[in-house]
Amino acid sequence: MTPTAIAHAEQPAPPATKKLWLEIAHDWITTVDHKRIGIMYIVYALIFLVIAGCEALLMRIQLAVPNNHFLSPEVFNRMFTMHGTTMVFFVGMPILFGFGNYLVPLMIGARDMAFPRLNAFSFWISAFGGLLLYYSFIGGDGLYGMGTAPDVGWFAYAPLTAKLFSPGHNTDYWILGIFLSGIGSVGTALNLVVTTISMRCKGMTMSRLPLLAWLYLVTSGMVFIALGPLTAAQLMLLLDRFLGSHFFDVQAGGSAVLWMHFFWIFGHPEVYILVLPAFGFANEIIPVFSRKAIFGYPAMVAATVGIGFISLGVWAHHMFTVGMGPAGNTFFALSTMLVAVPTGIKIFNWLATIWGGKIHFATPMMFSAAFLFQFLIAGLTGVMLAVAPFDWQLGNSYFVVAHFHYVLVGAILVMIFAAFYYWYPKMTGRMLSETLGKWHFWLFFIGFHLTFDFMHVPGLLGMPRRIYTYEADRGWGGWNMIVSIGAIFQVAGILCFVWNMIRSYRKGEIAGPDPWDAWTLEWTTSSPPPAYNYAEEPVVHSRRPLWDIKHPNDPDSDYE
Amino acid sequence: MSTETAIPIDAIEEWRLPDKGKLGMICLIIAESAIFSIFVVAYVFYMGKSLSGPTPAQVLRLPIFATVCLLSSSLTVHFAVTTLEKGKTGLSTLWLAATVLLGGIFLTNTGLEWHELIYHDGLTIRTNLFGTTFYSLVGLHASHVLVGLVMLCVALAFGITGKLESHHAHRLDALSYYWHFVDAVWVIVFTVVYVLGR
Repeated sequence: MTPTAIAHAEQPAPPATKKLWLEIAHDWITTVDHKRIGIMYIVYALIFLVIAGCEALLMRIQLAVPNNHFLSPEVFNRMFTMHGTTMVFFVGMPILFGFGNYLVPLMIGARDMAFPRLNAFSFWISAFGGLLLYYSFIGGDGLYGMGTAPDVGWFAYAPLTAKLFSPGHNTDYWILGIFLSGIGSVGTALNLVVTTISMRCKGMTMSRLPLLAWLYLVTSGMVFIALGPLTAAQLMLLLDRFLGSHFFDVQAGGSAVLWMHFFWIFGHPEVYILVLPAFGFANEIIPVFSRKAIFGYPAMVAATVGIGFISLGVWAHHMFTVGMGPAGNTFFALSTMLVAVPTGIKIFNWLATIWGGKIHFATPMMFSAAFLFQFLIAGLTGVMLAVAPFDWQLGNSYFVVAHFHYVLVGAILVMIFAAFYYWYPKMTGRMLSETLGKWHFWLFFIGFHLTFDFMHVPGLLGMPRRIYTYEADRGWGGWNMIVSIGAIFQVAGILCFVWNMIRSYRKGEIAGPDPWDAWTLEWTTSSPPPAYNYAEEPVVHSRRPLWDIKHPNDPDSDYE
Repeated sequence: MSTETAIPIDAIEEWRLPDKGKLGMICLIIAESAIFSIFVVAYVFYMGKSLSGPTPAQVLRLPIFATVCLLSSSLTVHFAVTTLEKGKTGLSTLWLAATVLLGGIFLTNTGLEWHELIYHDGLTIRTNLFGTTFYSLVGLHASHVLVGLVMLCVALAFGITGKLESHHAHRLDALSYYWHFVDAVWVIVFTVVYVLGR
């Protein structure tokens, strides 16, 4: 870019040339800027978060009291299917890719992603996938006038998905929506890997890479290996449904268990694909608010790669109740427990980072602290469920639902909130309100624990998942009421958060380039960063380039 | 002072990063391999489990000629890249044309094989598990050959119109990675379907 163009870009736009909304929309729709695409990913995910959250609320209203007839069984099936599918594919993946898109090029000192047009394509194809899934509410009837939204559960077990048992087009929308979002995910993951490896600024060796970029690198690698099996299995299902092939057709010798294997070969690594970026946020936020460099950088990288590898060999712990025989059960029980080793290393490293630090409990750090302790509990119930006989007892019960929501909400969503409070100033140039942030934190924290701590209990008492109601004499009513009340607190917390984002966008305190006194490269440029990110390509000499600039007499590069 | 700063600056001036196109292609190949491996697993899992005929032993013939064509096309595309790197654009275009021809022969052969299987042997994707897994696995591979051929034809069109230059070699190299991958997959498909599965 020429110097005059830079000068022009830095000047505030005069009010006389205020853009029409159509021009603004055109700018956003045709953009290939990684920051704008990142923000679009995030906004798109937040919209789906609200939709899928409403679906969860409907289910909680239905289950709050025994013998309830608020939702019909058919609608209840659609709600849990759409809730799970949406949260995983159209909230979790896009919000994490959104942050990755926004942050990774900034953190490694690049001006954009490696393939900007592929980036835009990936976003729009994913967004289209989400719209296609929700179009099923209108178009799922098909020629038979049967079914609306998909109702086969988020893992869509065969043979329920066969044409015979799922007539109409609802399952087809489920397949195609996720198939398209999968194409987008692979595109973005490819982009992130190539960006991280081929676009680093001078001096940014792999051993100086910010841990967030490392985590995204490993996550993206897992996307390649995990999403392929899902895509392949969905192609097979599509062939079964449209061309009459027999992959999952038991009548013709096909196997329903094969679908389970294929789905979980994707499904379990997917959990780690979602959680690794959350670890990445923690790796950036915890050191800054403890005023210490991260403890054990190489161990963190090694643990991440270790989690990535082990997670590819644990899928059948979702299938202990299928009857795989002692050898299979033993292998998958042990490999699952093995995951606890690298994750344990990570937790100890975060604790060691906080230990002796000058802790500053701003909202991002509060969420990070909650993350540490909630993720630990989620991991502990995970190890319990890895014990095959224990799983035989509690598989498909609310104990399992409570366990994985502890990971997805208690660890991942909480770290996403932390990331919002931490990077919102960079993205918009304004701080989020700390007061509203604290309200958000405490309301959500109380709501989370009311809901998901107490959800373990009806599971232990034998309440299976996916039932639309239950008899009063089972003794599950009180527990379910507490769980549903917790949901109200969570909604109140989320409303604080939404209001905070809207209000702070106009009225928030001006952030400046570096509001948290942080150390990674994204804080050297203005907030929000210009389209070209850095007027001059940065050169780094250590893992904390901004520390080196702030402390020229005591740079990190002397010690690394 | 000068000696202190000299070392890092020298190190920085040698700052070299891998080619984006090639790296992106390698990522794509990893993702595609995952898809193929699931189809191969399904093929192996259902081997000999068909409830009715025809069986592979009855209808499949070894496609030796097509295999030789496809595998040697890996060699020709490699020559197309190396000649382009040396600036011999005309020769490179010739090698590209040979690659397209060999790939085309392979695809035609698959088409003839399928025609024979469908109209003579009565094997379709609905017939039995063998038909289901055979057509999906071989078809997935053939569709990848088709995509590769389209891209090679684009490169060939640039070559014929004289727009292919030596500084494009790294792009053609990325494309050749894809083509080598399609070939490598065929080695596996050939082994599983025509050797082990028969």
